[in-house]
Amino acid sequence: MRLIVHNMMSCNIKGVVNNFPLRIEAEKVIEKEVDFNPDFLRHMFAKIEWKALVDGARSLGYTELPDHAPDTAALESDESFLRQFHHALLELHLEEGSLVCPETGRKFSVNKGIPNMLLHEDEV
Amino acid sequence: MPSRIAEIRLVSSHREVYEPCDDSFALVDALLTDRTNLIEHNPKICMEIGCGSGYVITSLILLLKNEVPGVHYLATDTNPIAARVTNETLEAHGVEADVICTDIASCLENRLAGSVDVMVVNPPYVPTPEYEVGMEGIASAWAGGENGRTVIDKILPVVDHLLSEKGWFYLVTLTSNLPAEICLMMRKKGYAFRIVVQRSTDEENLLILKFWRDKDEESLDKEVFMSQFSRSFSSFMENQRR
Repeated sequence: MRLIVHNMMSCNIKGVVNNFPLRIEAEKVIEKEVDFNPDFLRHMFAKIEWKALVDGARSLGYTELPDHAPDTAALESDESFLRQFHHALLELHLEEGSLVCPETGRKFSVNKGIPNMLLHEDEV
Repeated sequence: MPSRIAEIRLVSSHREVYEPCDDSFALVDALLTDRTNLIEHNPKICMEIGCGSGYVITSLILLLKNEVPGVHYLATDTNPIAARVTNETLEAHGVEADVICTDIASCLENRLAGSVDVMVVNPPYVPTPEYEVGMEGIASAWAGGENGRTVIDKILPVVDHLLSEKGWFYLVTLTSNLPAEICLMMRKKGYAFRIVVQRSTDEENLLILKFWRDKDEESLDKEVFMSQFSRSFSSFMENQRR
């Protein structure tokens, strides 16, 4: 599971209000190189919840991202920022671990890189 | 050079996962038929709901790979084994998509709303008794309840919610799913449709439908719409025969 997906997922248990972001408990993290594409990053930047990305990256052991989202000018000119954003968003994989609902503490497992977000019958 | 799609010998399998079959091939043929448009469409996020063996999402990635750089691919399946098999198929082809095990797109509905530019769905469309719907394992790949519509009817509003303004949606249906009614439901949500591929096999008559948002407020009158549908179906069949 990459952080681009982590940023799009929320806990879908019925009645849960504080459902995002899921806290990451990492057991195994791997990195895979992805082609650098500034246009794609600029498109995605608007959709990304910055704090969730920063905290997610930290829980995967990557601490280079700035606390606060840079302004859009940095997206145009600051390549080193774009590279960090690229790495955090697309190249880090949670291979084994869990995602924890911020409200209920319910754990969703991640095995072989795939988050299992299926709910139990009493949660739907 | 012919377009590359997923190779059957590289598609991973498991007894609890639906193997690529006529419906999967028809859907990939529809994507091939529409390839030039898809390239021009320049999607940023593409998604498959119910990825099964991974044959379709892998083919979509391969189709667009060299022409449209920087696309994010997502795939979901309610069967954890299918999610794993999809990952293996992707890996065997050297391509990447984010695979999530979830019911339809449940965990993505909040944050991914209005973002998906291309959605492909080969739903469980086989008419079955209602109790077979939502069973675990391979049955989840086909069991569609009454008229094969139980799961399709749950998927349609989710797709509407996730699609971007310019989003396109490819859907596999059978004639027994009453596709005209599906198109009418989508029309009410503001979508136009087109039949991209029609295929008759020994057992089933498949239609691959494509939907997109169309601001033109056409008549929502059911009778008028139904006759439009049959006209476009017959003219499609007419062109096929030529």
